[in-house]
Amino acid sequence: MSDEHKPVPASEGENPFIGGEHTYATVTDKIAAIALARRTSKGWVLGFLFSFALMQLLLVAVGYLLYKGVGIWGINAPVYWGWAIINFVWWIGIGHAGTLISAILLLVRQEWRTSINRFAEAMTLFAVSCAGLYPLLHVGRQWFGYWLLPLPNTMRIWPQFRSPLIWDVFAVSTYATVSLLFWFVGLIPDLATLRDRAKVKFAKTMYGIFAMGWRGSAKHWYRYETAYLLLAGLATPLVVSVHTVVSFDFAVGIVPGWHTTIFPPYFVAGAIYSGFAMVLTLTIPIRAIYGLQDFITDRHLDAMAKVMLATGLVVAYGYMMEIFMAWYGGHPYDMYMVLNRMRGPYAPGYWALIACNIVIPQLLWSSRVRANAVFLWVLSLVINVGMWLERFIIVVTSLHRDFLPSSWGMYYPTKWDVMTFLGSIGLFLTLLFLFVRLLPVISIAEMRGMVSSPTDKEGGHH
Amino acid sequence: MAQIFHRSTNTLSKLSIFGAVFFLAGLGGIASLVIRSGFYTQIYVAREQPIPFSHKHHAGGLGIDCRYCHTSVETSSFAGIPPTKTCMSCHAQIWADSPTLEPVRASFRSDKSIEWNRVHKVADFVYFDHSIHITKGVGCATCHGRIDQMPLTRKQNTLLMEWCIGCHQHPEENLRPRSEIFNMAYEQPSASAPVVHRGESYTRQAALGAVLMEEYKVQSLTACATCHR
Repeated sequence: MSDEHKPVPASEGENPFIGGEHTYATVTDKIAAIALARRTSKGWVLGFLFSFALMQLLLVAVGYLLYKGVGIWGINAPVYWGWAIINFVWWIGIGHAGTLISAILLLVRQEWRTSINRFAEAMTLFAVSCAGLYPLLHVGRQWFGYWLLPLPNTMRIWPQFRSPLIWDVFAVSTYATVSLLFWFVGLIPDLATLRDRAKVKFAKTMYGIFAMGWRGSAKHWYRYETAYLLLAGLATPLVVSVHTVVSFDFAVGIVPGWHTTIFPPYFVAGAIYSGFAMVLTLTIPIRAIYGLQDFITDRHLDAMAKVMLATGLVVAYGYMMEIFMAWYGGHPYDMYMVLNRMRGPYAPGYWALIACNIVIPQLLWSSRVRANAVFLWVLSLVINVGMWLERFIIVVTSLHRDFLPSSWGMYYPTKWDVMTFLGSIGLFLTLLFLFVRLLPVISIAEMRGMVSSPTDKEGGHH
Repeated sequence: MAQIFHRSTNTLSKLSIFGAVFFLAGLGGIASLVIRSGFYTQIYVAREQPIPFSHKHHAGGLGIDCRYCHTSVETSSFAGIPPTKTCMSCHAQIWADSPTLEPVRASFRSDKSIEWNRVHKVADFVYFDHSIHITKGVGCATCHGRIDQMPLTRKQNTLLMEWCIGCHQHPEENLRPRSEIFNMAYEQPSASAPVVHRGESYTRQAALGAVLMEEYKVQSLTACATCHR
C-alpha cells in the first residue's frame, strides 16, 4: 500500500499493468469491498461533507442569480462572456479525457486503460454536468432555457441553426447522453456482481434494478460486448467533435483572438491535456487512499503523463501559431491583440498560462518525474490551473479591447462568479464521493480479463 | 441464492421502457394542446365588463363605424378606447335614465374613466401597431372576428406568436382592398362572389392578394426586430 510501489517489469509478471498476486477472486474482492463496506470511513464522511458544503455555494449563487439576473456577475460591455463561459469550456474540456480513455483507447486495444476507464468516465459525466450548468445560467432568463431545443412551440420559430451556440447544445447534449450510456452499459456486469455480494436487502434491490437482470450468460456477454463496442464507436468521433464545436463558439465570431482556423485542433488537444491532468489529480489520491496501487500502477501514471506531454506540445504549437499568424497575416488588430495579451493589463495571466501549460510541463520529459506520484499530482494541478487561465485569456483579452477604443473596458469577476465556480467544484466532488462510495471505481469485469485465469494460477503459485 | 425479484419483473421492466416512450410523447402532446386551449388563451371567452357593452348592438344593429369610437386606429399604434364623452354624445339623450348605464353617467359626473377589462392582450415586449396593418390592407375582422355579431366582446384568435407569424409569412392570404377594411361582412373573393378592385374583378384571393401586395408594398416581415425591439 506504500507509495513506493515499484512497477512490475514486463518480463516478470504476465501483465505489467497489474501489480501483486491477483486472481479473479482477489480482484473482485478488492474492488467490490470499497463499494460494499458496511462502515463508511471517517475520511470519506469528512470529504463528502466538505464537498457538500462547497456545493451549497452553488445553490446560493444560482438562487440569487435566478432572483436578480446575470447582472450580479462581472460581465458588462464589452466583455459579455465572463467566468460562466470560461468555466463551461474548462469543465467540458476536462471531460474529454474520459471519453478518449474509454472509447479510443479501447478501439486501439490499449489494455492499460482498463484500470482507469470507469473512473475517467465517471469524471467525464460529472464534468459535463458542471459544464452544462453554465450556458444555461448564462442565458439570462433561465426558465426559457428550453428554447435552445428545437421543440414544436406556439411561436412557430426554431432556434437559429446557423449559430454555433445551437451546435453547442447538440454537441454537449449528445456528449452527455453517449457518455452516460457508455458508463452505464460498462457498469452492468459489475452491478450484478455487487447485487450478488451485497448483504443488505436495500442494496441488493437497488443494484439489482440497475443490473437489469444480468446473469452473465454467454448470450448476455455477447450482446454486452457488441453494445459496448458500438458505443465506443459512437463515442470516438465525440472526442474530436465536441470541443471542435465548442471552439466554433469563438472561431466563428469575427473577433481578433477568436477568428482563427487553428482553434478546433488546438481546443481538442487542450481538452485532452486538461482531462488527463484531472484524471491524475483524482486517481493519485484515490489509489493511495484505497490502496489500489496494484491496479493503477506507476506505469499507468507514466502512460498518462506521456499523453499529457504530447497534447501539451500540441497546445504549445497552437499558442505559437496564434502569434505567428498574427505577424504573418499582417493584420493590425490581430497583431495588437497578441501584443496586448503579452503586455496589456492581463499580461500576468498570459505569462502564468505560458508557465503552467508550456514551461513547467516540460519536466515530464524526465522519467524520474513521471515515476514520482506526488510530483505528478502537483504538476497535474498546475496544468489544471494553466488550462483555466488559457480560457480566461481567450475569452477576456479578446473582448476587452474592442475595435473602437471608445468601447474598451476591463473585466473583473464578482464574488458571485467565484461562488458559482467553487460551487461547481463542490458539485463535481460531491458526485465523485458518492460514486466512489456506491459503485466500483475500477471495472471488475474487465480487470478479471487482465489477470490470468484461475486454473493457470492454481498450479503456478510462485 | 434466493431470487430478489419476482418473475413478473421481467415483463414489467420491458413494459416500462416501452411505456416511457408513449408516456413522454403523451405528456408533450397534452402540453401542446393545453397551451393552445381556450383555458390558456381565453379564446371565445367573453370577459366580464363594468357595463355589458354590446358591439353587436352598436356596430351591427345601429351600424356605427368602428372609427366613431376607436378614433386613432388609422394613425396610431393604439386603436383608442373612447372617453365617456363619446358614450354620452348619444346617451345623454337615448336611454338617459337606464339603470344599466348608470356607471357611464357616474363616470361622466365624476370625470373618472370607466375601467374596461382588456380582451386583447399582446405578449410582453411585442410592439403592435394598428395603423400599419390598416394601411396595408388588413381588415378589422381579420383579427378581431365578427365584432358586429358579439353581444359581449371576446377574442376570436389566440394571439399566440404562431398566429402572428402565420400571417407575416403569407400576408397575401389575408389582404383586402383598403375600401373594405371596416366592412365587417367582407368576404374573400370566390367564383360566386367576386371582389371588384380598381375595375378588375377577382374570383380568387391568391390573385387579389398578389395585386394588393404589389400595390400596398406589403412585405413579409418575419425578422425578430419587426415586433420585438
